[in-house]
Amino acid sequence: MIHFVLLISRQGKVRLTKWYSPYSQKERTKVIRELSGLILTRGPKLCNFVEWRGLRVVYKRYASLYFCMCIDEDDNELEILEIIHHYVEVLDRYFGSVCELDLIYNFHKAYFILDELLIAGELQEPSKRTVARLVAAQDSLVETAKEQTSSITNIIAQVANFTIKMLHKGYGPWGSNALHLESLFLVDVCTRLVDQH
Amino acid sequence: MSGPSLMDSLFQRTLEDLIKGLRQQLIGEQAFISKALEEIRKEIKSTDLSTKSTALLKLCYLSNLHFHDMSFAAFHALEVLSSPRFSHKKIAYHAISLSFHDSTPVLLLITNHLRKDLTSTNEFEVSLSLQCLSRIANVDLARDLTPEVFTLLSSNKLYVRKRAVAVVLRVFEKYPDSVRVCFKRLVENLENYDPQILSAVVGVFSELACKDPRSYLPLAPEFYKILVDSKSNWISIKVLKIFAKLAPLEPRLSNRVVEPICDLMRKTGAKSLLFECVRTVVTSFSEYESAVRLAVGKIREFLVDEDPNLKYLGLHALSIVASKHLWVVSENKEVVIKSLSDPDPNIKIESLRLVMAMVSEHNVAEISKVLVNYALKSDPLFCNEILGSILSTCSRNVYEIIVDFDWYVSLLGEMSRIPHCQMGEEIENQLIDIGLRVKDVRLELVRVARDLLIDPALLGNSFLHRVLSAAAWVSGEYVEFSRNPLELMEALLQPRTSLLPPSIMAIYIQSAFKVLVFCLHTCFVRGGSTAGVSASASYESFDDLSIENGAGSTVAHGQTCTSAPITNESIVNLLKLVELALSPLLGSHDVEVQERARNLLGFVDLIKLEALNSLGQEENDSEQKGVEATKIIRLVHDAFSKELGPVSLSAQGKVPVPDGLTLNENLGDLETICSDIELPSSNTFSFGYPSEEKDVSSFSNLQIKEDSGQSNESTSLLAEHRKRHGLYYLPSGKNEVISNDYPPANDPALQGDNNDTASDLVKLTAESLVPKRKPNHSKPRPVVVKLDEADEKPVAVKHPESRDDSLSGAVRDILFGSEDILPTSSRSNLPSSNRKGKEKQHMITQVESKENVVGDGNSSSRRRKDHSHGKERRHRKKNAEERNETDRKEKESSSNHPRRHKSRQRAEEPLKVPPQTSVIPDFLL
Repeated sequence: MIHFVLLISRQGKVRLTKWYSPYSQKERTKVIRELSGLILTRGPKLCNFVEWRGLRVVYKRYASLYFCMCIDEDDNELEILEIIHHYVEVLDRYFGSVCELDLIYNFHKAYFILDELLIAGELQEPSKRTVARLVAAQDSLVETAKEQTSSITNIIAQVANFTIKMLHKGYGPWGSNALHLESLFLVDVCTRLVDQH
Repeated sequence: MSGPSLMDSLFQRTLEDLIKGLRQQLIGEQAFISKALEEIRKEIKSTDLSTKSTALLKLCYLSNLHFHDMSFAAFHALEVLSSPRFSHKKIAYHAISLSFHDSTPVLLLITNHLRKDLTSTNEFEVSLSLQCLSRIANVDLARDLTPEVFTLLSSNKLYVRKRAVAVVLRVFEKYPDSVRVCFKRLVENLENYDPQILSAVVGVFSELACKDPRSYLPLAPEFYKILVDSKSNWISIKVLKIFAKLAPLEPRLSNRVVEPICDLMRKTGAKSLLFECVRTVVTSFSEYESAVRLAVGKIREFLVDEDPNLKYLGLHALSIVASKHLWVVSENKEVVIKSLSDPDPNIKIESLRLVMAMVSEHNVAEISKVLVNYALKSDPLFCNEILGSILSTCSRNVYEIIVDFDWYVSLLGEMSRIPHCQMGEEIENQLIDIGLRVKDVRLELVRVARDLLIDPALLGNSFLHRVLSAAAWVSGEYVEFSRNPLELMEALLQPRTSLLPPSIMAIYIQSAFKVLVFCLHTCFVRGGSTAGVSASASYESFDDLSIENGAGSTVAHGQTCTSAPITNESIVNLLKLVELALSPLLGSHDVEVQERARNLLGFVDLIKLEALNSLGQEENDSEQKGVEATKIIRLVHDAFSKELGPVSLSAQGKVPVPDGLTLNENLGDLETICSDIELPSSNTFSFGYPSEEKDVSSFSNLQIKEDSGQSNESTSLLAEHRKRHGLYYLPSGKNEVISNDYPPANDPALQGDNNDTASDLVKLTAESLVPKRKPNHSKPRPVVVKLDEADEKPVAVKHPESRDDSLSGAVRDILFGSEDILPTSSRSNLPSSNRKGKEKQHMITQVESKENVVGDGNSSSRRRKDHSHGKERRHRKKNAEERNETDRKEKESSSNHPRRHKSRQRAEEPLKVPPQTSVIPDFLL
């Protein structure tokens, strides 16, 4: 099985970690420090496997990112390389020619895609199209839920923003007193609305 | 308090803001993060779930990539989990599977949430909770949620079902009794035609089979079908893994499987599958010649491939083969040797392992020569890797493969001169070990030691200090083999020895002591200046040897001696040299050095007067000269010439623990006290100076003895520690060991004991092909002293994990039925089934009620039952046929059959596969 998945940038920054075996927070930092020392120093055109603590780490570099997966001694290294490639292709499809920045800003999406691919340290879905479909379906589920809420909260937010702007722009206590009172009233209305939803 | 919550939700930083902000911070990253954490702590308490979940997401980010503790948010994550919205749930599950562990206190509260989501109609929610369960499952969770997972195993949504299958593995691991509930459904899924489900099930079984293959033998027919039919490489790889585990257990199975695997190997284009086939063949089918040949052909293709990955894996596969078919490695010798200079360190190490696997007593010399050449050329890291593996291979099993020890000792000397060498400690140990064990090699050993000692350049290399200490010890202990003790003395006392660390310095001084005593002894006691220094009478055998050998090639022993005879003058010079070199050391800060120096100088003082007198009066009074001195010298010499033998690893255990000494007392707090005190760095030398204790320098020991005799309560813990170690621990143990249990190396009685070495000897002399480095040295392998049980390392008995045991026990229960439990599983099996019996009953009723609710699953499972009944009937019929045809498996299966309760089986065990002995014949038809 796969024990963990790491994405490390060439500068040694961690971009994604996923643990399928229990590791405490302290061990996690230690593992990452050890492995980035081990992997980032390896030159190009060397083999993609590193032995580490009786386990084997399979890594592959895509642009500035190292994708690493740690497996048991008797797992199939080439298979894992294929899984890594598979994951990269799915990411590519999802983000449209993926780059490191995509993964930085959408780190949770990268996770969710990985979750579709692997479960409990085993490959779950070998078809790229299916993964893409599943992720899209879940995204739309999230979106619709968001829209429902945002349609109301948006309005409230706009009103509140406006009010607060007014308060700040000198229409406040030192400007017109009436306006100030009105904006306070508006804030009150907003809060009630928010409470309802 | 809705006010702050509104403000929070309106002006909350989103994850994106956080990431952007973080990326803009060049210096104050930590400050920014702690500020963000502060905000998160506030926001996460909000009553608004959107605010809460955003805060949680941000926290996940910080925890995941910046490793900040997020355990404080465990309860909040649970709150978010209860949200009806999918987006919130998703974040909550993400946070939980990231941060929860077995000791998280709120883990108890999550069960109901998970149960609710597992039974949800939204497949994505089910999948989320399954995913989470796979990560955080503990015994309680696994037990409580087994019914739900069981239901999902036959869900009609493929997406859910395959995930449930994958998660079942974790549930089994945590709660083995769930096997009784879920296993049948899992096996049913093996017959599914959907590749995704199949891939998941096979994945589960390959993990299970890794832990305990025997339990899954009855399923071999199903796996075989999958192997033959499978179109997907992912599945084939997993099935191959299962067969790699099953085949060694059942020869008939491997007969049957080997052909399809070879077919697969020939046909497939996928390298990963090809490699898996190769690996399966070389690990589990190594007795099938044709299959191995095919696999070796593929390995060769890998080896010559451009791709470093394939090359590495090829070498790896070779190293698996090497244990059984060494010819494969020697066939590919060129490639392997060439890989030693590969740019990739991993490939180099792998090929080094292979080279070491090839080593035998016939080729050890050549291979070592090649490797030492490689070591000279390569980078320090790999150089030491090479040296380390040469050392460990050659010393394996008490130097089993070494025939020519003279060669090996000089190799050790050569190795320590390699510039990058950092294996000083290992070389040190071996030099001394060989000196103790192999009597015949001592001449060469002393020569090598002298060469090392005499080179002043070596003293500057701190990695070599350990080797030098061994050299010093060897030359002191075996000084009678030395060609020129005076030269040795100069080497030991040369000014550059001040570069050595004090512990090694002490060894130098002690060795100088021994050499001095030897010189004096030869000069005075054995007949003065003209006698030369040829080895003492007790080593006659050696004398013969050295004269035989020396006469032809090099300068003969006697000749060297005459070139530097020990005259009275040289003795005087020697004494002066000692005084000159050691008097500064009397003020040394190191106790050990100071003490040894004092010993030596004291000795010199003692005899100097008489020695000088005797020189002056030589003509006058030859009878009376130096009577006193001679007596002392003889005493000390006798003490030193007592042979030291190797000490058994288990020798300490033979020392009876004295009364009143508690060994179980915790000494943990002593470590802090002792950490800054340098303990004697080498254990090897602790038994090196018995004579010293007896004769000259027993002063300090005596004092310690007195101390311990007087008062049991010492002033500090440290003193007590020292007392224990100084008094009880080593000296008493060692004296006993040497005198009673372990006779010295040259004890004639020992050769009678060592039957195995004698037989080794016979074997070796029978082999005339043994290559020799020096032809005129063609002698049988010298006797290597072995201690009977000394060299077997105490192997800790590894107890199999009870959890695994109970898991496999449960699996066997299901597969073999309770009547046919294999004897191996009965131990672990019985108690667990008794204990959990009640729970199990409860579980099953629960499950059945669930099944009734889900009508769909019920009917499908009934259909399956019918199907498997038909199948079983077929099996039985085949069985009968088989019985008619062949008689050889008759006994087993016929003895099994009457015991089977057919009716019961039909009722309870729809998928009951016939027990092990009869299933394989079925399968073979």
